[in-house]
This record gives sequence, structure tokens and C-alpha cells, in this order.
Amino acid sequence: MTFWVTQALNGISFGMLLFLLAAGLSLIYGLMRMLNLAHGSYYILGGYIGLAVVHATGSFVLAAVAATAVVTVVGVVMERFFLRRFPEQELPQALLTFGFLLIFADLSLWLWGGTPQTLPKPEIFERSIRFGAVVFPTYRLFVIGIGLVVGLGLWWLQEGTRLGAMIRAGVDDAEMARGTGVNVGLLSTAVFAFGAFLAGLGGIIGGPFVGVYPGADFEILEMALVVVIIGGLGSLKGAFVGGLVVGLLDNFGKALFPELALFTVFAPMAVILALRPTGLFGAR
Amino acid sequence: MSKRIAISAAAVVILVALPLVLSSYQLSLLTKMLIFGIFAMSLDLLLGYAGLPSLGHAAYFGIAAYTVGLLALRVANNFWLDFPAGLLIAGGVSALFGLFALRARGSYFLMITLALGQVLWGIAFGWRSLTGGDDGLPSVPRPRLPLPWSLTEGVPFYYFVLACFVAAIGLLALIVSSPFGRALVGIRESERRMEVLGYDVWRYKYVAFILAGLFAGLAGNLFVYFNGFVSPSYLNILFSASALLMVILGGAGTLVGPAIGAAVIVALENVISAYMERWVLVLGVIYVLVTLFAPAGLVGLVRQRWERSRG
Repeated sequence: MTFWVTQALNGISFGMLLFLLAAGLSLIYGLMRMLNLAHGSYYILGGYIGLAVVHATGSFVLAAVAATAVVTVVGVVMERFFLRRFPEQELPQALLTFGFLLIFADLSLWLWGGTPQTLPKPEIFERSIRFGAVVFPTYRLFVIGIGLVVGLGLWWLQEGTRLGAMIRAGVDDAEMARGTGVNVGLLSTAVFAFGAFLAGLGGIIGGPFVGVYPGADFEILEMALVVVIIGGLGSLKGAFVGGLVVGLLDNFGKALFPELALFTVFAPMAVILALRPTGLFGAR
Repeated sequence: MSKRIAISAAAVVILVALPLVLSSYQLSLLTKMLIFGIFAMSLDLLLGYAGLPSLGHAAYFGIAAYTVGLLALRVANNFWLDFPAGLLIAGGVSALFGLFALRARGSYFLMITLALGQVLWGIAFGWRSLTGGDDGLPSVPRPRLPLPWSLTEGVPFYYFVLACFVAAIGLLALIVSSPFGRALVGIRESERRMEVLGYDVWRYKYVAFILAGLFAGLAGNLFVYFNGFVSPSYLNILFSASALLMVILGGAGTLVGPAIGAAVIVALENVISAYMERWVLVLGVIYVLVTLFAPAGLVGLVRQRWERSRG
């Protein structure tokens, strides 16, 4: 019993981290039909910059602010000066963003070395709490909390605000949205920056339990891609549900069938795809 | 047309003569270029002709390499068993994956082919007892053929690979210029129109997908003999992406272009990593530069210049 509860909580917290990444990936795709393969790079950049700031100042909050700020700027530069030139052209986008993935990966390796590192947790979350026989680190609960807060915030942003209405209009029909006076170009940059921000935040949040290491960029990207494939591109709900599904599958897969770890994530993805090629919540 | 035949003949003569002047190291580099050339051309059939941008093409290369490696090490080093088995498995896996991948298009197709490729990578990485995991399968022997020359030597092996390369490019050229190949181009340009004209679009794409997998498998077969080693990196996304880069760099839809693209990337990797450690960084910059400045590839650039000079 303890095993199941602990693994489930671990899976949910990892799922929330994946949600942070998948939400950005999915929104960016929804609005711009743009597949950003460098999205996982924002995760490691966030993690490494956070680590440097924590070492220099000892403050987790400062680290979070600095890391997300830098990553957001990186996102804006990529969108404005590179990706914008290739609207709706999936192949150039894929090549370009894969190039950035390699550049960021090698720069990180150069600057921060190849040893896997973990970010120190904020002090108030060092403890564990006990529910009966189950001992659970408070940090994981904090991660779940962050995921829920971001999820609710995004949902409110999308459904309850003018900005959200503009984004939804852009997702449905960019041409029409432009016609009604929405500045789709600016909106695209804003959404891209926000997606990068969330992924950078993911690096900070995930740093203490997943860690940052060479290759984490691609592993996280791959998981986030599976999340959006399962959930459906462009759907926030899909990113949330998909995140939970993949987080749990990954955790139980690794715990129960260590030899087939990745397979337990990819096999269900293939089945869902065969039944619903656009994912659980994607537009048909 | 006759000009094209003349150029091809000259290219073959040069490739046949090159071992006379190259060092054994340069020859092995050239062998690698030819093998990667086959791989890049196999992807060109999908990308350049059928318009299907696969980001998981290493899957068929890798599964063929693992098949040949495992059979040669654990069952028998018998060319007539191992080589066809590699092709068969590569074709079989592409037939299976094609069923999933071809349900999608655009970015979905990219993501799904990527994810399917990673399934195989995950198995190769995780199933240590079969695949050796991260360490891979070392010391795969070269095949013994009923020839007076042993393929363990560099020069005979180069000619063996060259023969496969010529056969592959010949077959692929036949395929793309056949009615089937012309139909693929039609599908690339407008799927809807081809459907209206009565073509079974899905079946054309599916056959192209399997053929591409088979030729990728041929390259994988050759590469495991060349290297004597298989590891999960053969199935890796990095490798799949570099195949895309080779195709675009050379010029998608030109067949010869991707082979040139493959040669350029292999040469650059060799030269640059001899001088500095940051090859991956340079490679990343190459991706960006090619996308920004040479979307039609080297063949496209040459063509453009040629047309301009003729006014």
C-alpha cells in the first residue's frame, strides 16, 4: 500500500512538472503551428542558471526570478529573429529549433560541465510529512501545488480574460483574429515568451528532484512531446491530463518494469494515437 | 539526359579510382560517406518526394544494424542469413510504424515518427541482456563472401559498399522516375488533387514509407559491418535529425543532393572535431545556417547560380 501511494504521489508531482513544459509547448503550437524542439533546453537553462544564482546568493527565490527572466528573453529572441521567418513550415522550424537544442546543450556542457547536479531545495521544504505509514517529502507536495496553481491560473487566463479570448481567437483562426484588430504578431511573441517562462520555471521546480544534466533537455522534451501527443496539441486540458497520465506511467513503469521503462510510456501513446490521431482533447 | 549519364559515369569512374590515391584512413572516411549517403537518400524518398518529414528515420537504420549484429554474434556470421534478415526486419518495422505515423501529418508526423524511433532506442538502451544496453554490441565480424578478396580489408570492403551504393542510387532513381515516384511528387504537391484523380494516396505513402525503411536498413547493415559495433546511438534522435540535415543541406528531392549532403556532414565532423571539442555546437550552428540561408540545399544553390549565369 505504502508503495502505491508513494509512487502515485511521485508520479503526480513529475506529471505536474511535465504539465509546466507541455502547456507552453502546446500553447505555442496551438497559436503558431510551431513545434519547438528547443523547449527542453529552456528547462536545463533554467536549472543551470538557477543553480549558479543559488550558489552565488543562497536564495531560491532570486534563482527562480533570474532563471525565468533569462529563459524568457532567450525565448523572445528565438521567436522574433528566427522562428518568425518560417510560419507554418514544420520542417524548417524543426531543423532550426533542433539546431538551437544542440547549441544550448553544448554551451551548457561547456559552461557547467557534465556532472549531474541537483538544485538545493528551499529550506522550508526540506522536511517530510507523514500520513499514517506513508512518508512524503513536502517538496513534492509543493511541486503538485505549483502545478495546480499554474493550471488554474492558465485556465482562468484563457477562459476569463480578454487576453485569453484573443489567444483563443488566434488559435481558432489567426487570419480572422488579425482582421478584428488583434495584434497576432505581438500575441505570438508573448505566448512564446510565456511558454519559455513556464519551461524555465520547470527547470527551477524540477531541479531539486529531477536534476539538471547533459541530456535532460532532450529527455524532458521527449516526455513533454508524449504528453502533448496524448493530450492533443493546443489543448490546455490535454496538457494537464496528459501530464498526469505520463507522469504516473513513467513512475510506475520505472518502479515495476525497470528494463522497459520508456516502453511503458510510449506503448500507451501508440495505442491512443491509433485510436485518436489528434490526442484525447485535440481538435479533430 | 545524355549529359546526366556522362556525369554519373564520370562520378563512378572517380569513385572506383579513388582507392588508388587515398590513404586507408581517408578511404574509411569515404566508405562512411557512401553508407550515410544511402541513408540520406532513403530519407529523401520520404521527405523530398513524398513530402513526409520523418524525425525517426534512424529507427530502420538501427534496427537493421542490431539485427545483423545480433545474428552475426549469437547465431552465425552468414551473410546470406544476416544481411537479408536485417533488410527484412527494417522493412517489417517500417511497415508497422507506418501504420501509426501515416495517420498524422505535418508537425504531428514529425512528433510521432520521433516518438516511435525513441521506442526502439528505449528498448535498445534498457534491454541489456539482449542488446548490451549502453555498451552496445562490440566486435561484430565482417561477412565472408565467396570472393577472392576478404572484406576485412579496407579496399575490398570499400568496393563492396560502393557496389551497394551504386545499386541503391540506381534503384532509387528508377523508383522516383517511375509512375509511382511521379505520383508521390503529386501527393507532396497536393494530396487532395491526387485523391480526386483516383489515386489511393495512403497506399502510395505507405509503400514509400516501407521502401525508405528498407534502404535505411541497407545502410544500417553496411554500417554495422563497417564499424564492427552497434550501440543505441544508431537509433538516436541525433542521428535521425542529422539525416534530415543531410537531405536539406544537399537538396531535398534531388537524390544525389542528400548523398552530397551526407558527405559534407561526415567531412565537416571529421575536420572540425580534429581541431576542437565543440563539434556539437558547430553542428547546431550548421542547422541554423542551413535553414536560414540554404533551404533549397547545395544542389539548389548550384542550380540557381547556373540559371543566373545563363541569364
